[in-house]
Amino acid sequence: IMCASAKYNSRGPALIPRMKTKHRIYYITLFSIVLLGLIATGMFQFWPHSIESSSDWTVEKRSVHDVPVVKLPADSPIPERGDLSCRMHTCFDVYRCGFNPKNKIKVYIYSLKKYVDEYGTSVSNTISREYNELLTAISDSEFYTDDVNRACLFVPSIDVLNQNALRIKETAQALAQLSRWDRGTNHLLFNMLPGGPPDYNTALDVPRDRALLAGGGFSTWTYRQGYDVSIPVYSPLSGEVDLPERGPGPRRYFILSSQMALHPEYRLELEALQAENGESVLILDKCTNLSEGVPAVRKRCYKNQVFDYPQVLQESTFCVVLRGARLGQAVLSDVLQAGCVPVIIADSYILPFSEVLDWKRASVVIPEEKMPEMYSILQSIPQRQIEEMQRQARWFWEAYFRSMKAIALATLQIINDRIYPYAAISYEEWNDPPAVKWSSVSNPLFLPLIPPQSQGFTAIVLTYDRVESLFRVITEVSKVPSLSKLLVVWNNQNKNPPEDSLWPKIRVPLKVVRTAENKLSNRFFPYDEIETEAVLAIDDDIIMLTSDELQFGYEVWREFPDRLVGYPGRLHLWDHEMNKWKYESEWTNEVSMVLTGAAFYHKYFNYLYTYKMPGDIKNWVDAHMNCEDIAMNFLVANVTGKSVIKVTPRKKFKCPECTAIDGLSLDQTHMVERSECINKFASVFGTMPLKVVEHRADPVLYKDDFPEKLKSFPNIGSL
Amino acid sequence: MQTRKKYIFLTFLASWLLLFFFGGDQLRRFALFSGRKARARRNWPRWTDRSLLKSFADPEELQRDGDPSLSPRARRAAWLSAYQGSRCRMETCFDFSRCEKHGFKVFTYPRQRGQPVSESYGKILRSIERSRYHTPRPEEACLFILPIDTLDRDHLSGQYVRDVDEKIRGFPLWNGGRNHLIFNLYSGTWPDYSGELGFDTGQAMLARASFDSDSFRPGFDVSIPLFSKEHPQRAGDRGWLYQDSVPPRKKYLLVFKGKRYLTGIGSGTRNALHHIHNGRDIISLTTCKHGKDWEKHKDTRCDQDNADYEKFDYRELLHNSTFCIVPRGRRLGSFRFLEALQAACIPVLLSDGWELPFAEAIDWSRAAVVGSERLLLQIPSAVRCIHPERVLAFQQQTQFLWDAYFSSVDKIVHTTLEIIKDRLTPHRSRSRFLWNALPGGLLVLPDFSTHPGDFPFYYLQHGSSPSEKFTAFIRAVSQAGSLSQPILRLIQAVSGSQYCAQIVVLWSCEKPPPPSGKWPQTAVPLTVIQGRRRLSDRFFPFEAIRTDAVLSLDEHISLSTSEVDFAFVVWRSFPERIVGFPTQSHFWDAEQGRWGYTSRWTNELSIVLTAAAFYHRYYHSLFTEYLPAGLRELVDGLAACEDILMNVLVAAVTKLPPIKVTQRKQHKEAEAQPAACGDGAAGTPPAGQRSPPAPHSAAAKAKGTAGSRRFSQRQDCLHQLADWFGYMPLVSSQLRLDPVLFKDQVSVLRKKYPRLEKP
Repeated sequence: IMCASAKYNSRGPALIPRMKTKHRIYYITLFSIVLLGLIATGMFQFWPHSIESSSDWTVEKRSVHDVPVVKLPADSPIPERGDLSCRMHTCFDVYRCGFNPKNKIKVYIYSLKKYVDEYGTSVSNTISREYNELLTAISDSEFYTDDVNRACLFVPSIDVLNQNALRIKETAQALAQLSRWDRGTNHLLFNMLPGGPPDYNTALDVPRDRALLAGGGFSTWTYRQGYDVSIPVYSPLSGEVDLPERGPGPRRYFILSSQMALHPEYRLELEALQAENGESVLILDKCTNLSEGVPAVRKRCYKNQVFDYPQVLQESTFCVVLRGARLGQAVLSDVLQAGCVPVIIADSYILPFSEVLDWKRASVVIPEEKMPEMYSILQSIPQRQIEEMQRQARWFWEAYFRSMKAIALATLQIINDRIYPYAAISYEEWNDPPAVKWSSVSNPLFLPLIPPQSQGFTAIVLTYDRVESLFRVITEVSKVPSLSKLLVVWNNQNKNPPEDSLWPKIRVPLKVVRTAENKLSNRFFPYDEIETEAVLAIDDDIIMLTSDELQFGYEVWREFPDRLVGYPGRLHLWDHEMNKWKYESEWTNEVSMVLTGAAFYHKYFNYLYTYKMPGDIKNWVDAHMNCEDIAMNFLVANVTGKSVIKVTPRKKFKCPECTAIDGLSLDQTHMVERSECINKFASVFGTMPLKVVEHRADPVLYKDDFPEKLKSFPNIGSL
Repeated sequence: MQTRKKYIFLTFLASWLLLFFFGGDQLRRFALFSGRKARARRNWPRWTDRSLLKSFADPEELQRDGDPSLSPRARRAAWLSAYQGSRCRMETCFDFSRCEKHGFKVFTYPRQRGQPVSESYGKILRSIERSRYHTPRPEEACLFILPIDTLDRDHLSGQYVRDVDEKIRGFPLWNGGRNHLIFNLYSGTWPDYSGELGFDTGQAMLARASFDSDSFRPGFDVSIPLFSKEHPQRAGDRGWLYQDSVPPRKKYLLVFKGKRYLTGIGSGTRNALHHIHNGRDIISLTTCKHGKDWEKHKDTRCDQDNADYEKFDYRELLHNSTFCIVPRGRRLGSFRFLEALQAACIPVLLSDGWELPFAEAIDWSRAAVVGSERLLLQIPSAVRCIHPERVLAFQQQTQFLWDAYFSSVDKIVHTTLEIIKDRLTPHRSRSRFLWNALPGGLLVLPDFSTHPGDFPFYYLQHGSSPSEKFTAFIRAVSQAGSLSQPILRLIQAVSGSQYCAQIVVLWSCEKPPPPSGKWPQTAVPLTVIQGRRRLSDRFFPFEAIRTDAVLSLDEHISLSTSEVDFAFVVWRSFPERIVGFPTQSHFWDAEQGRWGYTSRWTNELSIVLTAAAFYHRYYHSLFTEYLPAGLRELVDGLAACEDILMNVLVAAVTKLPPIKVTQRKQHKEAEAQPAACGDGAAGTPPAGQRSPPAPHSAAAKAKGTAGSRRFSQRQDCLHQLADWFGYMPLVSSQLRLDPVLFKDQVSVLRKKYPRLEKP
């Protein structure tokens, strides 16, 4: 079975396919493939093509009034009432959905019909504007299928958004005669205004048997957790009024109530709050003396003052959303749109999409009994948090409330997540506004583990042809107590590595990997041979590092396993004249990078470098034969949000006489190239992830007045 | 050979050409055809009159929802009687008013004589009694816990308690079960294992294992994990994940080893598990051998299965597999769940309708694969398709959850209590984010804040950073009622820092602090708080501290402005840790079989003295609110080791060592101990009281008994803390952070912190 996931390639570029001498077999297979291809194309040429007959669906120019009429006999069957014990594992036929590589459910929409009773009176309005938008959105989405046999979920085109607009019994009969009804199994109904006078049930009253209900205004007693989906009540104002996003911050009013038909009891409570706290509480009501032609729904009044609705909502920090006869209120959508923090006072209400949305981040829920304490409760919320709630409220509206499309897709995604839980959308994706998604990091190595010392590390030496110096490095590194394996990446395709007998004899296994191409990225391949978490990347000319320095570096890495821990430190700077980033290799008081010519890091970053490097950075590095180390610094900083750690004062690595700045050369072109790299990477990452710090790690007793022989790491060079 | 090659090559070329001519055309057509087909997909029609369609509801109808005839108060009153029993909710079956005056307090009925409770229930009761919410007075309680062991309600079991109804009736506080919490691990019995408890629970909440979603009352009950009677009371073993590897370097992909039920409830799933066994990376072993009469129901597979079963060891499989199947047993939950969680073996749940433990708080989709019993055969391909990075995240999350909520009875019980407490004040409760990110909900006090940016743990995930200034918090114990020279110098040095926002002095002497005129003039505001003489007060969350960072100081410490500046810059990189100057360390004393403590020069450190250290102000709240009063009393009683306790606390929260930064030189030993304030103020030994490991110098000897008494006090204290926590939270570090050019041979002019190097 095919996985949708990228396959983890466990073999490296190290393997050069061994050409076998049996060319013939290759050619014969190739030839037969070509021949087969030819035959196949020929077959196609003469195959009678059946063009799908354009059914009535494709006729573009059609009115809703032209749809077929279905007459429902008075005695046609009625489904059972909704079953309150339904759960996905009892009432949902999951076999219809099957395992598929995309992990997407398939949704079928019944074609639109007009239902009339025996006397020809219509059962309901054929379809409302909103339901039509909702179905259009589903049909345009990747969930949609027009093949009823492949469908996993069925959406009737019978519009039950508003219970008041339909005849309950007849609508139920219409549902029951749907071709795949089967007791409502895998059918999804959308309803926003449930119930009716006098008792206002909190779920749709139409008998619907096992059908799932996406309902607005569920109470905790009618909501079947994990089966139904709680959706918002759509506010048509969302489409009509454009409220530009207002930056978070304090607003003119602290609490505002804008609902018109509040129960007198609630109104009394609110007025008591106003009397106590004065101007900061504003309680609006409908306007009594509006001139003709002014829509009452767009105005609100307080005494003689007239306010525009919903604009006035933007003037307040908190906006009260009280229950009416129903629990779900369209005003919630308006409030969120205005970036006002909703104060939800509706006991037992299941908030929209509460299965996935973390409403604590965007709203304040207050029990009805506690209404008198509302002011003090809200006062206790710190300003920083209020601002975040304002942003969050607006984001919820933009993502999940603003259109019928948003509501429909969120509903389907929730059901999809239940059926394919292992491919479900994460909490962060549901809840984090884009700005937070952008600025926050989730460290892939988030568990605070200090890896056991006994694991040791694997040293990887990338080499081309400097055998003599390579052997010196090997000999030096092999003295480090925690070294557990040495891997030489032989990047020279024109020359064989020295014979086995010539290599230095060391106490740990030494492996040579030959690469297929001379690429810098070979150094960062997650070779299977690396069995430790820690990797020491070291160049074949770094001979100055002492065993104590390396062992200490490993100990430091163990305390910071999610960082690059290395010896040569570098810095990036903003060049104000050129208006771009600049690479700095002078001795500075700060570091933001460590070069991977000598650095410890977690093997996981090899995996990331090889498979998850953003953009074309990896190829760019290989093409330019430079900056692989800067790329690694960017990658690690970007994914962890943390700085590098430079260990020990060491600044000379190749020879005692060398200038402090190692590397290819001191010359200008080198610096320019490195600066180029930083600018290039910053643009690919879309940000500058590198973190500047002023510290380096030294052994606890470094340079302390203390007998050297009692120090764990006495041999720490000073330059 | 050559000619043949040529021929082959030619044919090859010719066929490609042919393919190109005919096929290319064909392919184009095919593409067109498929394009036409896509267009022919029967989408929902674009009605010509769609813009004329009426809205689903009149705007007026939406905005003026309802008929205001039914009074909300009357409705709520009607609910009280309508929604009882299986439809209980907090609104209808819980009396919030009991929790208003005294907050969330839990009362455990006194144990009754002659009524032994099981080991597990005993642990639960002890956990509650250890909790900071426990109260011995029923009149101030918000929640009540019965003394009757209700864990095992299988009436065939030996621990089944009879006549619970009757016993309950004898409790005057029962009140129909209102505000009671009943713990239960096993309910029902052969053959159907129904959820019956066998007594009337009234309006009581249930905290129960193997909860099924049918009988679970959302927002009212709490689902807890099944745990064994060996489950430790506190601390608990750590998880088994020691390394993060991608791809997961484990021998097996998916394993199961357990009973196969031949008949009865749960047999459907258990009977099918052998189908996915492939003998290579998927090991699914079942045995029929259990119960008395298994041979009666024995089928053809049994003998082979039983033989295979013996070939693998359960623990070995657990250790060496990436995923572990956790199917339902007779009941929905199993011990296996926690075992897999601890082993970092990602649980693959096959238990339809199981209300997962603490699902109200915990997002299980990050730590477990919730499979469907009906789709068992898809499980292998589904888990194979999970990306290696995701597997790594899953594994880490299992470890975090295990350690935060499940590793001991204390944690399970405290999580239950915190979930209930969160319901009482929804506006002051933890968001799902706080529950599911390190260090976990128990260590997040909503009374401190519910905003992630206010805690030291979430800066990166939250995309924010700690405040750019700090508060210097000096504990003054000067004897004379006037200001000593060291404290004046200290105030000068600290106020000279560009990052200092304010100075707060905690005056811990009986004598009143000097009048404001006597204090030195500083560039930053200076506040004096009159403290009580308790040592633990120095970590009280004073309102006056307004910055994230606190620089805690003893008055006799000597610091320079550079040191403070550098240390603060370092702290900003490690806001969740203690960053400071003088350090000490702990070690395991194998000879005495206990934890040892040393203040000598060592190559390691695990304690940073709070006599001079930066840390996040939230730790003041944790210290005062989270730690049990007993520990603070210990510190106050000893008048010592408050700094060790703070270090232990921070290490327990972060699992990380503190950080030592460069110290200019060894501080001179403070001349005289601040004795005038009495021993109550003696507190920490003077910073820098670190003597070389050589036998005590003459000076140290001269100090004599006072020093050694303090030393043994601290040693004892460390021992007691380790005992209370159930393990040793302190973590050692081998490094010190210095400025990048510290003591390098470069011009002093180029160094940012040259003063740190002056002798």
